[in-house]
Amino acid sequence: MWIYEKKLQYPVRVDTTNPTLAAMIIEQFGGPDGELSAGIRYLTQRWTMPTNQGKALLTDIGTEELAHWEIIGTLVWRLVKDAPIDKIKGTPFEAHYVNHGKSPFPHNAAGEAWTAGYIQSKADPIADLHEDMAAEEKARATYEYLIRVSDDPGVTDTLRFLRQREVVHFQRFGEALRILQEYMDNKKYY
Amino acid sequence: MDKEQMRLLKELMEVEFVVLETALYLNTHPNDERALRLHNTYSQKLSELESLYQARYGPLKNTGMSGCPWAYIDGPWPWEINFNMS
Repeated sequence: MWIYEKKLQYPVRVDTTNPTLAAMIIEQFGGPDGELSAGIRYLTQRWTMPTNQGKALLTDIGTEELAHWEIIGTLVWRLVKDAPIDKIKGTPFEAHYVNHGKSPFPHNAAGEAWTAGYIQSKADPIADLHEDMAAEEKARATYEYLIRVSDDPGVTDTLRFLRQREVVHFQRFGEALRILQEYMDNKKYY
Repeated sequence: MDKEQMRLLKELMEVEFVVLETALYLNTHPNDERALRLHNTYSQKLSELESLYQARYGPLKNTGMSGCPWAYIDGPWPWEINFNMS
């Protein structure tokens, strides 16, 4: 089960209203390598993960990804909430606005709606952990692109934190993969 | 949200982050006694800070205790807090 904690994982600072930057950051709200994909991917893979280390990691990292999804939604919201309509017209956020107003919505920066086709769960823990490690690296790369396009120091600070989490998660999944391989080798010989 | 509440909230967020990070590490290193000591120390500190914060500002989870009226619903909600102010 889950219980909501009424706080963000990291303090979100947005220095200036910027609908164009919001439209780019929404990539991590509903894009293939975004936080929603990450959370649903890891939480879905838990049922067929054989090791306790792997089960704990998928549970805790999956949960942390949902906290990151909340941070991304907060960045998007704070970047647009005070924008008058003439600051939205002509920006990439305009197409989002005519459907969703100022609400964040899970689609990528190009407007493609989120789909479960972005994730996988194979009931094959070796395949799943490799997918998870790749997902962390792809998310890290996306954060690096976003940091390059961000001209807001507060937003950049939060993006740097999220990028760093991808690096840590990749490390932990790599350890879980090594533990899984040892577990499978032992099963073969005993 | 006044300065004192924000200071305490930030401290709580920092300590909770330590605990989350040591927990992830312990998931793949369950026999690392040094990491366990670090985790347990900060887990204790987190409990104390949570008690202090919630006694002053209301429950952080809907399983917490509250005076009347039910303070869980009180704003600002996490996405409304302006951390620029600090």
